[in-house]
Amino acid sequence: MTVDVAIIDYGIGNLFSVRRSFEHCGASVVVSDDPEVLLAAPRLVLPGVGAFADGMRGLIERGLDKAVVEFAGSGKPLLGICLGMQMLASVSEEFGEHKGLDIIPGRVAPIPKTTLEGKPHKIPHIGWSGLLLPDGLSSWQGTVLEELASGDAVYLVHSYAVQPADEAHRLADCDYGGRRISAAIRKGNVHGLQFHPEKSGSIGLHIIRNFLS
Amino acid sequence: MSGVRLIARLDIKGSNLIKGIHLEGLRVIGDPQEFARRYYEQGADELIYMDTVASLYGRNSLHEIVRKAAQDIFVPLTVGGGVRSVDDAREILRAGADKVAVNTAAVQRPELIREMAHVFGSQCMVLSIEAKRQASGHWEVYTDNGRERTGLDVVEWARRGVELGAGEILLTSVDQEGTRKGFDCELVRAVSDAVSVPVIASGGMGDPTDMVAVVREGHADAVAMADILHYNRSTIPDIRETARMSGIEVRQVA
Repeated sequence: MTVDVAIIDYGIGNLFSVRRSFEHCGASVVVSDDPEVLLAAPRLVLPGVGAFADGMRGLIERGLDKAVVEFAGSGKPLLGICLGMQMLASVSEEFGEHKGLDIIPGRVAPIPKTTLEGKPHKIPHIGWSGLLLPDGLSSWQGTVLEELASGDAVYLVHSYAVQPADEAHRLADCDYGGRRISAAIRKGNVHGLQFHPEKSGSIGLHIIRNFLS
Repeated sequence: MSGVRLIARLDIKGSNLIKGIHLEGLRVIGDPQEFARRYYEQGADELIYMDTVASLYGRNSLHEIVRKAAQDIFVPLTVGGGVRSVDDAREILRAGADKVAVNTAAVQRPELIREMAHVFGSQCMVLSIEAKRQASGHWEVYTDNGRERTGLDVVEWARRGVELGAGEILLTSVDQEGTRKGFDCELVRAVSDAVSVPVIASGGMGDPTDMVAVVREGHADAVAMADILHYNRSTIPDIRETARMSGIEVRQVA
């Protein structure tokens, strides 16, 4: 059976739901920590929850950091989810400064502890937020968010968010406490989603189908 | 803004969905998978599974139920009941849970919160607190489904739990649970205002307007509902509409 998508297993988090959601969308999935298997796949998913430094260590220990960078350079579709998105960035401030994969230049910084008006709000940001078009972007056509409407809600759980160095890499924002935080980023064939498409009901499954098509 | 989450809570005994009053006098409702699917299709923002007898017998029968649910339910699943160690939590996560709720074992050994947060991340670690109102206007932490007192003050325990790494608090009022008389809004507010992490209010929802009260007066970040849904006294779309009409932000479900 030909593989549609490979999911990177680097010893962190639970891959069951991610795998299951792709299978639900009709994909033939392989979960692997073998760089050769991953590089041979037509599409690659970098999932992950937990701390940034642990995630990077998990990749580096298995020699997978280079494989992900190489895959990104191949032009084939690469999708980072949650921590997987954050690791696409250049550097994270979570528990000290840690280098990322630097595939989409940017910083991972904590979500401010107060709203824009200065009121305390809850961190982690847990819940469903509407996806919004960032300034300067008129449509999601040709991206994994194709056919979504502004305001369609997805499930997020995070305390840190990516700040892309180049505004043109912002694909979708969400509003938290009056501020725009990055919900999705994109550079060419590489997409990063801060939210969990595998936990975002029918909207999430739609995004997964877009990635597969 | 992130909307208030509307969460369906499924209390489990053996292989059955059950419901009690004050977490006791359990009555069988039906097949948990059937109800879970219904709530997912209605647009529940999350599901919570609590094994009601696991902490009593020190075992957990939820794995099979969770494994089945995770096959085709694509919203977050929180699972609790009988989790005593990092290994127990790992088993539940492997079965398809996204978050693990801990009550009794965390009271007995608070370090478990830190260990779980360290291994799986705080986003995975839900501190479940069963609270009973005391004559003095305080609330005491109970364990084992409201049977055992601990001597701990609920607000202090919640603060401590967050310091140790809990990413969310599931707060169940033993007094209100199963009564349909509304949430203990004072309790929810006391905890929600004391901690930096989201608080899920649980216990007492008799009517969709009770949800409005616990969000407005109780500052709840999420609302867990059981009985009201199980007995079809209301539906998630109706509750969502009530929230919207009251100006409470909730997820837009197409």
